Amino acid sequence: MAEVNTDGGGGGKHEKKRAKKSSTRIDMTPMVDLAFLLLTFFVLTSTFAKPKTMEINYPAKPEDDKDQIKVNNALTFILSKENAVFYYYGEFYPAGNEKGMAPTTLTKTDFSDEGLHKLLLDRNKPTTVAIDALTEKLKRKEIVDTTYKRLVNREKGSKEALTVLIKADDQAVYKNVIDVIDELNICNIGKYAVVDMGAKENELLKATSK
Amino acid sequence: MAEVQSSKGSPSLDMTPMVDLAFLLVTFFMLTATSRVTEPVVVDTPSSTADKLLPKNVILISIDDKGKPFYNINNSEVRKKTLQKMGQQYQITFTEKELQTFGGMTSIGVPMAKLKEYINMEDAQRVAKPSPGIPHDSLHNELGDWIQFGRIEAAKQAKTEEERAEKLGREFKYEPLRYAIKADGQSNYIAVKEIIKVFTDIDIYRFNLITDLEQGPVVAK
Repeated sequence: MAEVNTDGGGGGKHEKKRAKKSSTRIDMTPMVDLAFLLLTFFVLTSTFAKPKTMEINYPAKPEDDKDQIKVNNALTFILSKENAVFYYYGEFYPAGNEKGMAPTTLTKTDFSDEGLHKLLLDRNKPTTVAIDALTEKLKRKEIVDTTYKRLVNREKGSKEALTVLIKADDQAVYKNVIDVIDELNICNIGKYAVVDMGAKENELLKATSK
Repeated sequence: MAEVQSSKGSPSLDMTPMVDLAFLLVTFFMLTATSRVTEPVVVDTPSSTADKLLPKNVILISIDDKGKPFYNINNSEVRKKTLQKMGQQYQITFTEKELQTFGGMTSIGVPMAKLKEYINMEDAQRVAKPSPGIPHDSLHNELGDWIQFGRIEAAKQAKTEEERAEKLGREFKYEPLRYAIKADGQSNYIAVKEIIKVFTDIDIYRFNLITDLEQGPVVAK
C-alpha cells in the first residue's frame, strides 16, 4: 500500500487500467443533442404544404361579336368591392332595350352557406339530383368509379346543367373570384367562365351598389 | 442487499434507442424536405377545396398584393437558356457565371434593364430591395417574352431529354408544360386579368390557379 501511495506513476497506471475496464460504454448525450438539433432544423425548414391548384380554362377571344353563342340557362355573378356579389339570371337587358324586355335587376347575395351555396344548388337542381343518384349507385357498387366519373362529367356538361358566368369589376379582389369558382366546384357546376363585364352592366352595378 | 446495490449502481440510462429514433427522424426529414427558399415576393394565396397537386413542369407567375408579376420556371437548365434568349432579344449579354447564378434563383420580378445588376447582388440585398415587377404592358411586354421563350426552351429541353432517354433505352415520361398563377388573395382581380391577358394573347388558355387547401365543411356530393 505504501508503495502505491508514494509511486505516483505506478498508481496512475493501475487506476487507468481499472477505469478502462469499468467504462465500456460511451456517453451518448452529446450525440442525442446533435441529433435533435438537426431534427429541429429540418422540421423548421421543410415545407409541408405542397401547393394545391385548381385548373381553369379561359375562353378564347371570339373572332367577332357574332360568334357569341346565346346561353339559355345562365347565371351571371358580378363581383365588386367589399366582397359584394350580385347576380342575375338569363340574358342581360339594359333599361330601355330594343326588344322591349323588362330591364335586368341585380340581386345581392353573399359568400355564406345560405347565400351563394344555396342559390347554386337551387338553380342547378336537376344536375344535383342526377349526380346524387349516381353517387348513391357508386356507394352500392352498382357502377365502377371510372364509369361514375364519366357519367358525372356528362351530367355536368348536359344541356340542362347551369352555366355560370363570373364577371368582376375593377374593385373586386382576386380572393372573391377564387371563392366563387370554388363554390361552383363544390356544387358540381361544370360549365363556367370568367369573362369581361359589359359597359351597360357596369352602369347597372354602379346604380345598384349606391 | 444485492438488489439495493444494483439500483444504486446505474444512475444513467441507456441512450442508444433514443439516438436511433432521433437519427431515424433526421433522415426522414432530410429526405422528404424540400427546403424553403427565400422568394423575393410573399404571396398569401386564397384558400379553396381544390386538391390537385401542382405539376412539376411549370411556368409560375406570382402576383403580389399590389398586382406586380414575378416570373419563375422550375427547371434550372431551362431557366438558363431562357435567360440567354431573353438577353439576345434585349441585347444584353450574360456571362457564364451570371447564367449559373440565375439558374439557381427563384422568382424574379425586375425588368430586363436591371436584371444584370439584380443577378450580381448578394442574396441579402436581393431580399431587402423590393422588386418592381416585370413590365407587361402592350408596348413593353417583357413578361410575354419570358413566357414565350420559357415555353420554347422547355419544349427543347423535353426533346433532348427524350433523345437521351432513348439512347440509354430508358422510358421517357413526357410531362406537358403548365402555366400556374399564384396570386395574392387581396390583389385586385384586374391585376390578375392583365396577366391572364398576356397569356391569352399568345394563345394559352389553360391555367393552374394556386390555392391553399381549405378544410371546409364536406358537402354531400
